[in-house]
Amino acid sequence: MQIYLPIAEVSVNAFLLLGLGGMVGILSGMFGVGGGFLMTPMLFFIGIPPAVAVATEANIIVASSFSGVLAHLKRKTVDLKMGVVLFVGGLMGAAVGVQVFRILKQMGQVELLVTMSYVVFLGAVGGLMFIESLRAIRRSKQPYAKPPPRKHHSWIHGLPFKMRFRTSGLYISAIPPLIVGAAVGILAAIMGVGGGFIMVPAMIYLLGMPTKVVIGTSLFQIIFVTAFTTLMHATTNYTVDMAMAVLLLLGGVVGAQIGTRIGLKMKAEQLRIFLALLVLAVCGKLALDLLLTPSELFTIGSGGHG
Amino acid sequence: MRGLFLSLFLLAAPAIAQETVVLGLSQNRVAISANFDGSEILIFGAIKRETKTPDYAPLEVIVAVTGPPQPLTVRRKERVFGIWANKYSVEFGPSPSFYALATTGPLNEILGSADDERYGIRIRSLIRLDVTPETTLNLPVFRDSIIRIRENNGLYSEREGIVKLSDETLFQTEIALPANLVEGDYSTRVFLTRNRQVIDDFETVIAVRKVGLERWIFNLAHQRPLIYGLLSLSIAIFAGWVASAVFRALRLT
Repeated sequence: MQIYLPIAEVSVNAFLLLGLGGMVGILSGMFGVGGGFLMTPMLFFIGIPPAVAVATEANIIVASSFSGVLAHLKRKTVDLKMGVVLFVGGLMGAAVGVQVFRILKQMGQVELLVTMSYVVFLGAVGGLMFIESLRAIRRSKQPYAKPPPRKHHSWIHGLPFKMRFRTSGLYISAIPPLIVGAAVGILAAIMGVGGGFIMVPAMIYLLGMPTKVVIGTSLFQIIFVTAFTTLMHATTNYTVDMAMAVLLLLGGVVGAQIGTRIGLKMKAEQLRIFLALLVLAVCGKLALDLLLTPSELFTIGSGGHG
Repeated sequence: MRGLFLSLFLLAAPAIAQETVVLGLSQNRVAISANFDGSEILIFGAIKRETKTPDYAPLEVIVAVTGPPQPLTVRRKERVFGIWANKYSVEFGPSPSFYALATTGPLNEILGSADDERYGIRIRSLIRLDVTPETTLNLPVFRDSIIRIRENNGLYSEREGIVKLSDETLFQTEIALPANLVEGDYSTRVFLTRNRQVIDDFETVIAVRKVGLERWIFNLAHQRPLIYGLLSLSIAIFAGWVASAVFRALRLT
């Protein structure tokens, strides 16, 4: 069944969108990731204009992170104060990101920017995750080996504007969380992702937050940053496609339920290796697009001020 | 003005009989609804004449449907530090977003280049540079790339010999409109030619419009972007809440 998307102005198969939403939903349920970093490139592959894909994906992430944060609020695993500080940083980052997006769109370099960001971040995160989970598997086979000691970033404790974060049990400067939030905000605007895959490691290793509050707090921040990004894209670029969002959401909601059940039956290490390979595969495909000689050297853009 | 010129011309050369087009369309509105998957338009017509059919050259018919013009920027990729990136760009003036040409015979044989230029019939004569840039780039290659890419997308087509003409009087053809149409007025022109010269032309408009839900979403997004954005967010938050509620209910049982 073909459906004409009112904002993207292309006709696609409705079941393809439902299926795509479902597939990414399964993966996000299995691995506990937002799935934006998989969905946005997939939307490029099926011919959705990148600007529409990025803006609409931000809208979809609002739904999945809202659903996630409700569960975490119930378990009291959200550091609201830290979330607000991260969010303030995120707002600044997203505002910058949307402007960068607009300028590069005029220069005709937005696709290059988006693709390169994906290759760099997916490559780095996928690679690290792969090495890390290989180590974890090796460690589980040698039960007497000690886990590596956690690093202490003493320079972070020397910064001014200290704040107390009770839920995380931290007394640190507000500057590092603001910077982490801003970095994620820029990514959200440019790449159409929630940025959890960057923020979670940064919160654990850079800010030293306890692992149990990390996911809930990052989801809390992601809701607001992606909601803000959605509004910015909707009002400056008119690129949020509601019809596409609804179809992807329907598929995603069902997929996430199935994925969570599959995830419970698999071992954590296997799951992580799987996810790492998946991330590296998407990264490889995008990298090839940049490196191989394209079959069509020319592209047509809507012009005028370009 | 053209009519006046033509009638003066006819007075001066009474040997050429007056022939005019009468045109019909199967539909003059195309509605883009949610399940729009392209459309076929039947274009048919007759040739009205006061005198008997001239026989100095065969009559030929050209049908051209042109979508709303939009300015274009064409970019060419180049390898920069090992990566393929857009490097050169050329801006074109308003160019048809859609273009379909159907004829009774090979274009080179039925239409002279002077009339092609004057009436803007072939796609090449419709894509023009706004200002001629001072550049060493090969501009025709950029223009040809527009035509090539859009032919592959089904947006541009030149189909020779598919207009059916009987007794030099009745003609008909079908124009396929693809699913990825842009909204707007599609100019539909019919040209009669004899001896590679246009002897009459007629123009009408096919209105392509989004309707129903498509119309509503599009209007809201462009006229009330803030409300549209907030509505999109509410849908997302509602969906997220329903998902977690259902999830909890399933886990309890």
